[in-house]
Amino acid sequence: METNKKGFVGRIRAMGWGFAAMLFIGGILFWGAFNTAMEWTNREEFCISCHEMKDNVYQEYRNTIHASNRSGVRATCPDCHVPKAWGPKMIRKIQASNEVLHKVLGTIDTPEKFNAKRLELAKHEWERMKKTDSRECRNCHNYDGFDYAEQGRRSSKAHQTGLNEGKTCIDCHKGIAHTLPEVEQAIGAPKQGATPEEFHPPVKPEEAKPEADKPAKG
Amino acid sequence: MNKPTLNSTRLRAAALALCLAQTFLAPAVVVAATEAPVKLQSLRGAEINASDPEGDGTRQGRDQPPLPRDFVQQPPLIPHTIKGYNITKNFNKCLDCHAWARAKESGATKISVTHFKDRDGQELSSVSPRRYFCSQCHVPQSDAKPLVGNTFKPGTGMR
Repeated sequence: METNKKGFVGRIRAMGWGFAAMLFIGGILFWGAFNTAMEWTNREEFCISCHEMKDNVYQEYRNTIHASNRSGVRATCPDCHVPKAWGPKMIRKIQASNEVLHKVLGTIDTPEKFNAKRLELAKHEWERMKKTDSRECRNCHNYDGFDYAEQGRRSSKAHQTGLNEGKTCIDCHKGIAHTLPEVEQAIGAPKQGATPEEFHPPVKPEEAKPEADKPAKG
Repeated sequence: MNKPTLNSTRLRAAALALCLAQTFLAPAVVVAATEAPVKLQSLRGAEINASDPEGDGTRQGRDQPPLPRDFVQQPPLIPHTIKGYNITKNFNKCLDCHAWARAKESGATKISVTHFKDRDGQELSSVSPRRYFCSQCHVPQSDAKPLVGNTFKPGTGMR
């Protein structure tokens, strides 16, 4: 270690302290600029300018609790759709460039085209949320901070049983910020929408086993 | 061709009569108006051409056990808030808990089988499309004060 350190210091000495200091300051400036640029792309107006959303999902979001509420605290697009941690954030940002391509191609630029794709797009987002245990929800809604006495009769019960069963936010809270795609609810003609299993994913089999092992009635 | 001429003379006479009536009667009407102006007002105190005051402090009732019914055939009241609950062609938020398939997990009251009957009286295997719009009959409650009093008492069998 000692020799390595000496070597490193020696190398810097060879380049000159001034040069090293410049590199260091340059690094800080670059990092700052990069982060600023990243934050600049995480604004609602910027999202709207490049993603196909202004006349569909954005309008739907505006009437929901995350956009309009008593105290004006808002969760805007990136709060739910862009991870906070650096690595996942970069990955999501790069994936999102595909959506920019489809904005240019006009893949979903009419209500008809969009509604035809809505189910598929919604499923992608449900799947992403499920995979990360609803990470973006939990940035603000921390289970540890739940005061079940303050919650309503139904929500208190549903949260406790659901979380104990290993469910995550998105398993129940679908369609809270945007209109839902078609969901099969067995009313009238069958729909080509999300199946009941997709909409309410069953609890993992190994955890549900005690229930399944019970002798069937009748 | 006689008839139209007859008609037009009649019309003229009627118009003349109206003109005379206006000149003599109109002042009387104006006097009456200044003496006792009719005050139009809405029940909620807003101008009659304005919309109801926003944020009047009423809130939908918080979650509570099922509410008692006051008259025979009364659609049961909704004992919880339904703010943000949508009933669209794609999805019915109410039936996400109250459908038979969901009621066990959600603990909600199951939708009545009377709702499975179509308009021809035929029993269907699920909710009839004509009973799809729950909030047409079932309403939530708020803490709003009644605008007019009434002496209604629940039916004897409902008390």
